[in-house]
Amino acid sequence: MLKEKNKTIIDKVWDMFASVKLAVVIFSLIALTSMVGTVIEQQVEPEKNIKVLTKILGIGHEAAHSLLGVLDKLQFTDMYHAWWFLALLLLFAANLIICSLDRIPRVLKLVREKVRAMPPDYLDKMSIKKTLSKKEKVSEMKELAVSSLNRIGFKPLESTGEQGTQLYAEKGNFTRLGVYITHLSILIILAGAILGLMFGYNAMLNLPEGEVSSFAYKDRETKIPLGFDLRCDNFEVEYYPGSDMPKAYKSWLTVLKNGKEVMKKSIVVNDPLTYDGITFYQSSFGTLPSGIENGIIVLRVVSSSGQAEQINTKVGGSFTIPGTSITGRITNFSPALSVDQSGRAFTYSEQMTNPAVYVEFPGSGKSGWILKRYPQTWALSDGNRVEFLDYWGVEYTGMQVRKDPGVLIVYLGCFLMAVGLYMTFFMSHKRVWINISEEKSGLKVLVGASANKNKAAFEAKIEKLVGMLNAGQKGGK
Amino acid sequence: MDSSTFFGLSTVAYIFAMITYITYLAFRNSAIGIVATAITIAGFAFQTLALGLRWKEFADIGQMGILRAVPLTNLYESLIFFVWCLILAYLVIEFKYKNRSFGAFITPIAALALAFIDISGMSKSIQPLVPALQSNWLLVHVMMSFFAYSMFAISFSTALMYLIVRADKRSEPSYIFWTVMLSVFVITLAAMGLDYMTFKVAIKSQEELIKSYLFRASFRSSSPAVAVLSWVLAVAFTFFIWRFGGALKKIIVSLNILPEMLDEITYKSIAIGFPIFTLGGLIFGAIWADQAWGKYWTWDPKETWSLITWFFYAFFLHSRLIRGWKGKKVAIVSVMGFMAVIFTYLGVNLLLSGLHSYGGQ
Repeated sequence: MLKEKNKTIIDKVWDMFASVKLAVVIFSLIALTSMVGTVIEQQVEPEKNIKVLTKILGIGHEAAHSLLGVLDKLQFTDMYHAWWFLALLLLFAANLIICSLDRIPRVLKLVREKVRAMPPDYLDKMSIKKTLSKKEKVSEMKELAVSSLNRIGFKPLESTGEQGTQLYAEKGNFTRLGVYITHLSILIILAGAILGLMFGYNAMLNLPEGEVSSFAYKDRETKIPLGFDLRCDNFEVEYYPGSDMPKAYKSWLTVLKNGKEVMKKSIVVNDPLTYDGITFYQSSFGTLPSGIENGIIVLRVVSSSGQAEQINTKVGGSFTIPGTSITGRITNFSPALSVDQSGRAFTYSEQMTNPAVYVEFPGSGKSGWILKRYPQTWALSDGNRVEFLDYWGVEYTGMQVRKDPGVLIVYLGCFLMAVGLYMTFFMSHKRVWINISEEKSGLKVLVGASANKNKAAFEAKIEKLVGMLNAGQKGGK
Repeated sequence: MDSSTFFGLSTVAYIFAMITYITYLAFRNSAIGIVATAITIAGFAFQTLALGLRWKEFADIGQMGILRAVPLTNLYESLIFFVWCLILAYLVIEFKYKNRSFGAFITPIAALALAFIDISGMSKSIQPLVPALQSNWLLVHVMMSFFAYSMFAISFSTALMYLIVRADKRSEPSYIFWTVMLSVFVITLAAMGLDYMTFKVAIKSQEELIKSYLFRASFRSSSPAVAVLSWVLAVAFTFFIWRFGGALKKIIVSLNILPEMLDEITYKSIAIGFPIFTLGGLIFGAIWADQAWGKYWTWDPKETWSLITWFFYAFFLHSRLIRGWKGKKVAIVSVMGFMAVIFTYLGVNLLLSGLHSYGGQ
């Protein structure tokens, strides 16, 4: 009681933050509010959440509207950016720091404390212990014990006293710090996240094929200068054969600095482009509203004798098959061609899911659709080929643009967390003693060992050690 | 032979294993026990082979490298992998603790899960991967998450058994906790089964069943009489379990399962599951999201619920190690942790995304 009175306010605050109780309260608050945040959709127009509320609570539109008003005041509609949620996270960090600081001196003492020789009766009380009777000389036994300990990975120290010769060794004393490395890693991740929030940004960029931009867009009004120019040279969607399920979206990008090309890379989802700390992630795509008719049709025309030529043209344009006088004309285009039951072709989507051109050959009277995704439609009956390579200039690539100077710190934290967790859960502080004493009948060898975790695994290792000590006898004279 | 043949064989094997394990418990004949283990191992071998074959089929259809064609991209495949991990962990426990009694509890879960896949008509077709899933992270992220989930499933069942064995009085909070938990579990499954049987014809997919018809045949029925009756039955069932829960305790005690062993398995499976979940589920998930979308953490429902789950198990470990909590208190935390796991795995996909998709319409 007396001691309690002498505590200063700082001590009291310290004690409060060092208590596990506060940790539990903060854990629960973060967990409970987060649960609410997963039900209330974040950063959306109110109408969506009103529907969600009427659905789960079974209340009317009016009631849901006023309830949402209250939730909105409490910032639950964008709670992960609310001041009180950030405050909870900071409290969590403070609690973690003080809890760790409170305990770390004791742990450091345990880590620094070297293993010492122990009296044999003390070894006899250890949780892992074995007693052997041997016939060798002390020096032989000692040699055998040293080599056996070496073989299970221990480097023993030696001391000789009244109660015989003792070999003792330890391993993994540093693993007691694993918990604190894990705690530190959480703090590093939080620090990296804060750094990213303060000095980084997330933005969007929709870039049409062939166009250049020197800005990214946070929203309609907020432009962010990139400090260089980015050009989209081409965009392609690859589909799984026979379906409209995209297999890959790919953008060919060029970075330009002062008009000079400094970097070229094609990006797909999961493989972004990074230049000057800014990363571009493939995220979406679409067709330009300005009209699908204005694209450039890229054809590769191959004659039956193998002469080939690449042609850029438009709907209404003509081409000649190289080395011949056969002329074809493109009379129609469809972004998504399909065939109905009666065999009539029609366009089923405004998106470029299955682009096709209609080619007529006035000389022979032949005509037909050529589909970009189906090379079997490229071959003509006279042995010539019209390959439909691309319909260019009508699609845009949608990219996430990110600058985050904190992300490397977050990665460092993640790495440290993996190390800390491994040390905490899969390693332990192991100690072993072997006491060799002379008795009337021969040698008494006492093995004692302890581990602060995973005792069963260490016990198996000690069994192995004892096996080696025993085998030495049989192998001897 | 293709993967589905071997999946079928493994389902049959687990059903036979279940019967044999229960027979073993009844007669305590060690020969029967050995047969039960052998059947389980055979089922496990079939399932391993089936997983391998499906992996190859997936790689062929998706036309991609073997490391990317991880057959873990829908509910069907993930349930199968979950069962695989569960049986693997069970076999390890059986050999380590030399106790076959758990088999009678674990093999029914495996057989039920696989039979549920067959009865529910869940889509088994191989779907090619959308671009976001085409990453080398898919393999490590999903496999490690599911491995951790099955570790948590084991800790859940041993913790629940621990509570059953250790709670004595009916007025005790831990007794009330386990009886209510078990009742809720059984009632939910029964109600979902009822939904399925009632609306079988009307539904097109598994997801639709849960999104639009959840509890429509019982608690949320359009007929008030049915709804009221369902609630009355649910309460009556809970009361029944609460009143006669002691019988379950007698069974477990008679099986020679010691509470200390249950406590140890609960702790050990969490001590393995937690670091693997942290690394594979949270960290690798964050790194993958960072590479795919440029955001390592967006507080989306799946991420948030993983974090909540992580909090539960972090709390379990701390309360045990620092405060020296043992026994019933930590067993309760472990049971609740697994509730969070189930919600992270199924609830977020089926309920929350369901809610939000209504919002979108």
